[in-house]
Amino acid sequence: MSITFNKVNYFYQMNSPFQHQALHDINLEIKDHSFTAIIGHTGSGKSTLVQQMNALLKPSTGFIDVDGRQITADTSNKNLKVLRQHVGMVFQFPENKLFEETVKKDVMFGPLNFGMGEAKAEAQAIKLVKEVGLDSDILERSPFELSGGQMRRVAIAGVLASDPQTLILDEPTAGLDPRGRNEIMELVQKLHQEQGKTIILVTHQMEDVAKYADQVIVMDEGQVEKIGSPQEVFSNIEWLQKHHLELPQTTQFAISMQKKGFSFPDHLPLNEDELAIELAKQIDVEGSGELG
Amino acid sequence: MDKFIFGRFIPGESWVHKMDPRAKLLISFFFILLVFFANNVMSYVLVFAVLISSILLSGVSLGFFIKGIRPLLWLMVFTVIIQILFGAGGHVYWSWGWISITQQGVISAVYILLRFLAIIMMSTLLTLTTQPLQIADGVEELLKPLKKIHFPVETLALMLSLALRFVPTLMDEATKIMDAQRARGVDFGSGGVKQQVKTVVPLLIPLFVSAFNRASDIAIAMEARGYKDGLNRTKYRELRWRKQDSISGLIYVVAGVVLLFIRN
Repeated sequence: MSITFNKVNYFYQMNSPFQHQALHDINLEIKDHSFTAIIGHTGSGKSTLVQQMNALLKPSTGFIDVDGRQITADTSNKNLKVLRQHVGMVFQFPENKLFEETVKKDVMFGPLNFGMGEAKAEAQAIKLVKEVGLDSDILERSPFELSGGQMRRVAIAGVLASDPQTLILDEPTAGLDPRGRNEIMELVQKLHQEQGKTIILVTHQMEDVAKYADQVIVMDEGQVEKIGSPQEVFSNIEWLQKHHLELPQTTQFAISMQKKGFSFPDHLPLNEDELAIELAKQIDVEGSGELG
Repeated sequence: MDKFIFGRFIPGESWVHKMDPRAKLLISFFFILLVFFANNVMSYVLVFAVLISSILLSGVSLGFFIKGIRPLLWLMVFTVIIQILFGAGGHVYWSWGWISITQQGVISAVYILLRFLAIIMMSTLLTLTTQPLQIADGVEELLKPLKKIHFPVETLALMLSLALRFVPTLMDEATKIMDAQRARGVDFGSGGVKQQVKTVVPLLIPLFVSAFNRASDIAIAMEARGYKDGLNRTKYRELRWRKQDSISGLIYVVAGVVLLFIRN
């Protein structure tokens, strides 16, 4: 289930004095079972971009191909359910969109809308609440009694319950404490690795990009500035600064080490593991040199 | 939400944009009064001449006014039909039982339609050319005399400006919630009536929750900064009555006097 953008332009409030172009000539491909991170500073068009992928917004010109199904400006608003079931979307602060009396009903809402049977939807709810790391006795409680972090998990479970093949997450860890952030990201990683879901993650957390993504899309002013592996994107430091993007913390740390005389011959490490391996290698070399 | 025109401000530099909000409010009320005094062809011509020249002076394109009418279209159609069917007097064109179409009925239907149009277009002109907070400031200033009888003018103005301030925020919020529910398979605006009513719940409950949360946040923030009412606060933006305001007012008063002469 790959997603391809073909010369996509998008205007907000077309043909009014408020018209404003949010996406300029987007061409890109997101492969099956890949983990794509979309980065860029606020207002760069990240959210607009991902909302095109399940036809919440439709391209003003150009087209998007989602698994052989084309979305153009003329795509009718009807019969989009199949598409939206396949491409699940977790919005920013999804906990603000809960509404049912009980957690179970809220998680079942999506599957029922997509035509899943009552019994199966209930089974999904029970399964998913466990999968996102919540106790099953939460099922009968009101979502409004829960803590913020728990509510967010319930909301994510509500999207996962429809069993989407592709999962879009728009800043899923915003406003969570470090532990909550880690737990959500581990969950996303598990969905990617164990269930082979295609993940599209919009984020400001460069550490997460470096740790999990295999493709990075950099957006700036509605344009795709760069597509590549995290390695390629994080290698050019001046370029990143020009686009107001940060480096992952580990890479920043490695750069300060470089200034003190350390060298990283292959490439700058992007996460703790890479840094540790690189350091071990060098210490080892020096150590064995002394011995010999 | 793109089609929603009521209460939206369109920036501009025209004569109308630059007028004092108090002047615009007073003129609008005066105009609405005039509309109710008009009762023959000549007086309606006068009313619309004044209205259309004001609109032209504002430099806002006519399309916005037509969009502004759309939400009230059904109300207008309904009123016109009632007038045509039940208005009595004059020549009878057609009748069936106690329903009849008469000359008077048709005439008064046309007049009512014109009144509707004039009033809607004038209030659209006011909101299109005046920022919501300016309107709130204008209302506050105009109500000031009521303070003498211990009417809580400042509180009312605060409520009004808070409410106006949060219209766009809540609209944004509503759009976001609708998108999120659409992604979970809700079809807004399709299916039968029962289906449609069902889709309101997943929109309204989160919207109410967020509105209440926001309200309590604001209350706490205001309290934290020591807000109290009745302290005779000064304003960052002071309203200034200029020559243009007096001239515009005068033109409307003259139009009003002329109208009194030409009406039956």
